[in-house]
Amino acid sequence: MSTRITTYFNTQREAAPLAVFRVFFGVLMFASIVRFWSYGWIEKFYITPSFHFTFYGFEWVRPLGDYTYLLFAICALSSLFVMVGYKYRWAIIIFFLSFTYIELMDKTMYLNHYYFISMLSFLMIFLPAGAYFSVDAITLSRKRNTTPPQFIPAWTIDSIKLLLGIVYVYAGLAKLNSDWLFKAMPLKIWLPSKFDIPVIGNLMGEEWVQYAFSWFGAGYDLFIPFFLLYKKTRPYAFVMVIIFHVLTRVLFPIGMFPYVMIVSALIFFDAAFHKKIIYAFAKALKYPTALLKTSRQYVASSAISKNYAVAVVVIFFVIQILLPWRYLAYPGELFWTEEGYRFSWRVMLMEKSGYAQFKIVDGVTGRRFYVDNTDFLTPLQEKQMSFQPDFILEYAHYLRDHFESQGHQEVQVYVESYVALNGRLSTTYIDPEVNLAEIEDSFKHKTWVTPFTDEIKGL
Amino acid sequence: MKRIFGILAISLFIYACGGDDTTVSTDDTDTVTPVTFDRSAMLTNWADNIIIPGYQDFVAKVNTLEAQVASFTDTPSDLTAVRAAWLDAYTTWQRVSMFEVGPAETVNLRLNVNIYPANVATVEDNITAGSYNLDLSSNRAAKGFPAIDYLLYGLGEDDAAILAIYNGTNGDAYKQYLLDIIADMKTLSTTVLNEWEGDYRDTFIANDGASATASTDRFVNDYIFYFEKHLRAGKMGIPGGVFSGSVEPNNIEALYAGGVSKDLFIVGLNATQDFFNGKAYNSSAQGESLASYLDELNAIKDGADLSEIINSQFDVSRTVVSALGNFEQELAINPPTNFLNAYDEVQRLVPLLKVDMVSAMSISIDFADADGD
Repeated sequence: MSTRITTYFNTQREAAPLAVFRVFFGVLMFASIVRFWSYGWIEKFYITPSFHFTFYGFEWVRPLGDYTYLLFAICALSSLFVMVGYKYRWAIIIFFLSFTYIELMDKTMYLNHYYFISMLSFLMIFLPAGAYFSVDAITLSRKRNTTPPQFIPAWTIDSIKLLLGIVYVYAGLAKLNSDWLFKAMPLKIWLPSKFDIPVIGNLMGEEWVQYAFSWFGAGYDLFIPFFLLYKKTRPYAFVMVIIFHVLTRVLFPIGMFPYVMIVSALIFFDAAFHKKIIYAFAKALKYPTALLKTSRQYVASSAISKNYAVAVVVIFFVIQILLPWRYLAYPGELFWTEEGYRFSWRVMLMEKSGYAQFKIVDGVTGRRFYVDNTDFLTPLQEKQMSFQPDFILEYAHYLRDHFESQGHQEVQVYVESYVALNGRLSTTYIDPEVNLAEIEDSFKHKTWVTPFTDEIKGL
Repeated sequence: MKRIFGILAISLFIYACGGDDTTVSTDDTDTVTPVTFDRSAMLTNWADNIIIPGYQDFVAKVNTLEAQVASFTDTPSDLTAVRAAWLDAYTTWQRVSMFEVGPAETVNLRLNVNIYPANVATVEDNITAGSYNLDLSSNRAAKGFPAIDYLLYGLGEDDAAILAIYNGTNGDAYKQYLLDIIADMKTLSTTVLNEWEGDYRDTFIANDGASATASTDRFVNDYIFYFEKHLRAGKMGIPGGVFSGSVEPNNIEALYAGGVSKDLFIVGLNATQDFFNGKAYNSSAQGESLASYLDELNAIKDGADLSEIINSQFDVSRTVVSALGNFEQELAINPPTNFLNAYDEVQRLVPLLKVDMVSAMSISIDFADADGD
């Protein structure tokens, strides 16, 4: 067994797939940032709001005022460096740090696919993706009169496949619940509003279509990585990948994510396929073809750094595999309390919305009044805040501090909130008798969330 | 095989890149299945039977008010007719105030005709100065219905004192200000009506998609905003001290006229309910609406129909507010318990509209990427 593991970690494969992946990754990330910038979202989501929701433990991560643009610029520039493979290791580290910083600035903007990019770029720090078909390779060949590698360890390519597999399979497992499978929720709510899509728009209101989409979606997520792995089914599976993600792109506002997933799935193809792409590019760019067939194997700079990379990646995957199950440590319905909901590839699972009205009570004078949320939050922040307990608590603390700084004393904060989940009528969300000003935020179970009145069976 | 696969893959990818957020109008909506709700029918009903007739009526009332102001400033001897015309126009305003999209949004109609209470100091300064630019946003609180309210009711202790001002040494300046305000209101409201009667109606209806920029989504957002901010908070919550902790009787609508703010609220409440039900302006005919949309979407939960739940909460709100004395009397009681209880009933509509209705209809709040929360 251990010899098989050692053999596996010493196996070398063509570097082409990882190089193609690196180039596409750089291109798409650059496009994502340009797109984000061009919509004016940096200003709108990070600079204009006076208050930002932070992640537990990352309260110090804040937008940088006008320098936020610089941060995005650095992130965009590093993605270009990644694309061409220039000072790759530094570029991907800077990309990872800047992208993750951006993601952590405001929890309102949390999306699973941003988290995916963060995790992927972290993983890529430990992969020799810049060793082949890159500026680094050219520099290396010139300066030291050595040749860049043509082969890299097989595990470095497989680790990306594994990460994609985890994303898909966990997204599929999360769909195995009674709302998704037996009520076709939330697609039953979302699809009818897409009546204006060409060709298939009229079908969106049909109940059987909503069920078909639900079941197909769950099945797709669960099995697509395996069909991509298996050579005979791979081409068909890739067509499915395209159809599926194009469909999600047309139906839902999920930005660049579908393209990222389509391009990422290319990693499953054989080296021969990627070499064709690389040779075509190399010809167009006059990249020295000699550097593409050096027959040399990738050698880590030292045994320590090699073992170090393997160790980090192994730990990374253990965490990735365990993290989505942390919700089991909490009582109550996950979709309702959202304790352990994020960072678990739970995508498109809920139509959830809420309303939260905060009552401020001056503990000394007894004077009480309600807060106008629009005084402090943007519409998007208010929307996200109103159905997620950790947002509600952080905002309540902000209100406490704000009104105490205005001269009110021993401020108590109560919230009257209603949340509707997957087509159920709205019910009380947070115990209105609980003074949120006194509650400490933690990873402990939030007893002040009113228990869910219905039941959702499944994972 | 390989080639076909490649072509298919590339063409699908190109299609994906091309399929952007732009709304594509469909012409084949007549073959719809019963479940697919036709938003353009609802938008047509809103535009043709509610919004445009509403603005037509409002502009007519503003014209009448203008005529009455003209005749009053001609011979300032009796306030009765001009006050009646003001109240009539103000009442009609309550029925169109919520339509702050498109043309009304462009000219900021609501901010220009109904910021209350009026900034009396600015009004007096303007009159004394004799020259002012009513287009400036700094003058928004010094014009519109609240300023006329002050000029017709608040200049003196009684009618005789008020009339004395118009007939006094500085009377011409007051008259001119009154004329300028009504002229400003007329320009703004006529602009809005003309836009709706012109191209905007078709633009509005053609934008029948489902995105944050589609007519339905934008309108519903604005409708709820109006209900929450202007009807609930502006007319009741703020005067009742809900947001400040102490009663603010000086912030009621039609402060100087007195005794009418409750009636104005009820008209506004009725207007929002009629709009919810798609009831044609000044008629009992009903067309496609948010209520029928909810019914179509089969938003039946807990054995109860959401549109019915919302309608019955509207009815409850109207009943309890109607049972109150006028707002001045209620707010004079400390604490104004009945007033605040009535407010709570109005408040109950907010989560129903903002959570249940929006959720059932999948209305977009803002344009941003999302992966389903």
